[in-house]
Amino acid sequence: MVKSVTSLGRSGLSDWLLQRISAAVMTAYLFFMVGYFFSNPELSYAQWVNLHSSLVMRIFSLLTILSIAAHAWIGMWCVLTDYVTVRLMGPKATAIRMFFQLAMIAIILLYVIWALDILWGI
Amino acid sequence: MKNKRPINLDIGTIKLPITSYVSILHRVSGVILFFAVALMLWALDVSLESEQSFQSLADRFASPWVKVIIWGALAALAYHVVAGIRHLIMDFGVGEGSFESGRRSAWWVVAFAVIIIASISGWIFLW
Repeated sequence: MVKSVTSLGRSGLSDWLLQRISAAVMTAYLFFMVGYFFSNPELSYAQWVNLHSSLVMRIFSLLTILSIAAHAWIGMWCVLTDYVTVRLMGPKATAIRMFFQLAMIAIILLYVIWALDILWGI
Repeated sequence: MKNKRPINLDIGTIKLPITSYVSILHRVSGVILFFAVALMLWALDVSLESEQSFQSLADRFASPWVKVIIWGALAALAYHVVAGIRHLIMDFGVGEGSFESGRRSAWWVVAFAVIIIASISGWIFLW
């Protein structure tokens, strides 16, 4: 079996499942946030801070940023390995794709660290 | 791998069905969202920093360029979620039986996305 070193789950099946679990978490977070904004049209700073300092909300936000990380990694991997290929771009494609994949992973890690800093720095 | 292998499906030369456009837009919106995460984290960061920075967000969002960027991010998010929900429904075996059902659900994605993005546009630019 061919294994890819840059895919997240190292197998198509685990990537497939991770992509769906993370999608469900993010959709739940989005629906919650939209519902929250609709039910609090005159949202105050105190209310907003109160929401995000509760442990439940911090865990929900943490799960969401981890889902974003996994989902983006898998999604960007699919896009890059589909289009930045030797067939479409010539012999330099592998090096270019490696560069973009590593940059993508670096950005994702930055996002996670940034989110942790926000959530636990309130 | 041999470079001269024949490519039977050259998508540049054939007329694509609606399902293809829905799929490619799902990818495009996904790539946009990859970068939009920075915008969302920035907004969350500023909103939680202090009372003053929380209030300043409203002023920052009033600038036309920021409005266009936020519109783009929210439109991509709306489309991506609607098209993603279609995938999740299909994973449960619903509507994946024939090409016709796939075509129909693709049009539903377009319809829902247009309605939601129109509402977002009205909210950002008119209200």
